[in-house]
Amino acid sequence: MATVMARASGAEHARRDRLQAWLPRLVLAPSVAITLVFVYGFIGWTAALSFTSSKLLPSWNFVGFEQYLKLAENERWLVAAQNLLIFGGLFIAVCLAIGVLLAVLLDQKIRAEGALRAIYLYPMALSFIVTGTAWKWILNPGLGLQKLVQDLGFTGFTFDWLVNPDKAVYTLVIAAVWQASGFVMAMFLAGLRGVDPALIKAAQLDGASLPRIYWRIVLPCLRPVLFSALMILSHIAIKSFDLVAALTGGGPGFATDLPATFMYAHAFTRGQMALGSASAVLMLGAVLAVAVPFLYSELRSKRHD
Amino acid sequence: MTETSRLFLGRIALYAALAAWAAFYLAPLAVMLLTSVKTLDDIRTGTLLSWPAALTLEPWLKAWSGACTGIRCEGLAPFMWNSVLITLPAVAISTAIGALNGYVLSKWRFRGSELFFGALLLGCFLPFQVLLIPMAQTLKALGLANTVSGLVLVHVICGLASTTLFFRNYYVGVPDELIRAAKLDGAGFFTIFWRILLPVSTPIIVVCVIWQFTQIWNDFLFGVVYSGLDTQPVTVALNNLVNTSTGVKEYNVDMAAALIAALPTLLVYVLAGKHFVRGLTAGAVKG
Repeated sequence: MATVMARASGAEHARRDRLQAWLPRLVLAPSVAITLVFVYGFIGWTAALSFTSSKLLPSWNFVGFEQYLKLAENERWLVAAQNLLIFGGLFIAVCLAIGVLLAVLLDQKIRAEGALRAIYLYPMALSFIVTGTAWKWILNPGLGLQKLVQDLGFTGFTFDWLVNPDKAVYTLVIAAVWQASGFVMAMFLAGLRGVDPALIKAAQLDGASLPRIYWRIVLPCLRPVLFSALMILSHIAIKSFDLVAALTGGGPGFATDLPATFMYAHAFTRGQMALGSASAVLMLGAVLAVAVPFLYSELRSKRHD
Repeated sequence: MTETSRLFLGRIALYAALAAWAAFYLAPLAVMLLTSVKTLDDIRTGTLLSWPAALTLEPWLKAWSGACTGIRCEGLAPFMWNSVLITLPAVAISTAIGALNGYVLSKWRFRGSELFFGALLLGCFLPFQVLLIPMAQTLKALGLANTVSGLVLVHVICGLASTTLFFRNYYVGVPDELIRAAKLDGAGFFTIFWRILLPVSTPIIVVCVIWQFTQIWNDFLFGVVYSGLDTQPVTVALNNLVNTSTGVKEYNVDMAAALIAALPTLLVYVLAGKHFVRGLTAGAVKG
């Protein structure tokens, strides 16, 4: 009797252990399925659509690289791609410059550091739609900044970038920098706080000046932060859609179109699904071109540590 | 000039520079607030930063319940409610799944779990544009097109990567010995999670909830693609309100509307700013 019971509970245990062993996999399974289908499956789906002639509705009439060739000749796409380079390049460079500068300034044992940090960072809590709405009002040539400066006595001052096709893309940079540069500051400040104070002490004892210490010793330590910031900023730049929608609507004409707005317009309002898919695939390619070397170098440097 | 006075001047210059930058970040908010309480006449005769001749709350009332957002003229109120209905469940579900995923990926690793983590992380680098069209068709096939549930689903899917990352990185710091000891005592998978991990998770839950809340509340792309006229989130309604081009352009109403739409995330930021910063810098690691 006792042995039977022991055997039964043994079997019970074994079953429980097996269940316990499988539970982690079961718990993770839905997320794995979702990632496989909704992320990687959908990428394949979009890529497949980009090789078809789908217009308003998906059709599986394959036409090879036709959509990509169309994109290469599409002036609006070329403007969008060029804008991404201008906008992305300036946005990233200016944000990094401001972020490093503010972080270093804030690192000088400032009184009210917490309050200043909060002020620099709060724009990041806003939606790009709110940011765009605000800057659209500030930069409007009639009643905005232009009038403010003129009323101060500089009557010749004009600032019409928002409605100037050659300059409108720079208004995107202004608004985006306003929103994201405080965030870059926060990242660098966190990085600065992680630098070993002994290093700085030693340099000070050697008689190095403060700017020199920062330039030669502290900033080189922030390479990982620089990489993360670069990643995030380029990610924001490539995905930028809301800011354009709210600030310029892609205009004047399509002077401030970015790939993200081009993709949306063609896939969802102009009934050019295949062309939209092709542009999305090219955006993916651009992101991977930035992300893969980054991830590779990160993984390699980790392995070396 | 003596050494001390040079140092003193340096400090003054430093504080002046910091204050100037603070002014740059605060100016748009000040302009929005000032504009939102001015009459249209006042706006036309004054400048961006001129003090209102007479304070009026009319623009706020109109933005809340009377302004036109496309064909509807009921202000932002119904859309604020939509955003609440989308955001709350999406934040709760994605945080809960993220916690369980993070638990498995840090404490119950198995063959292939790291590979999945990598695949998930790579997924959050992708531009969402590459998922938009198939997602639209899937939602349509599921009968979820233009519904709040559809938007919740999309936000949960696209938030999984960050929430999982938050919890995984946090749980990695919980000593494995604790888990091993609990296992020896016969505690199972869920008991360990419930009794050991969850009680120490408050900080990361706060970070994750704040992060997801701001992300989802501020979303525009999914809102504009997947919502119907009656299910638009407030960001989409705000954009429609500002760009509705009938009659006189009411800048004061636009600014009041923008502030209303921004209020929930600003409030969260003011109340829990420290956690927000931590969330941002933790999120920074993944990009």
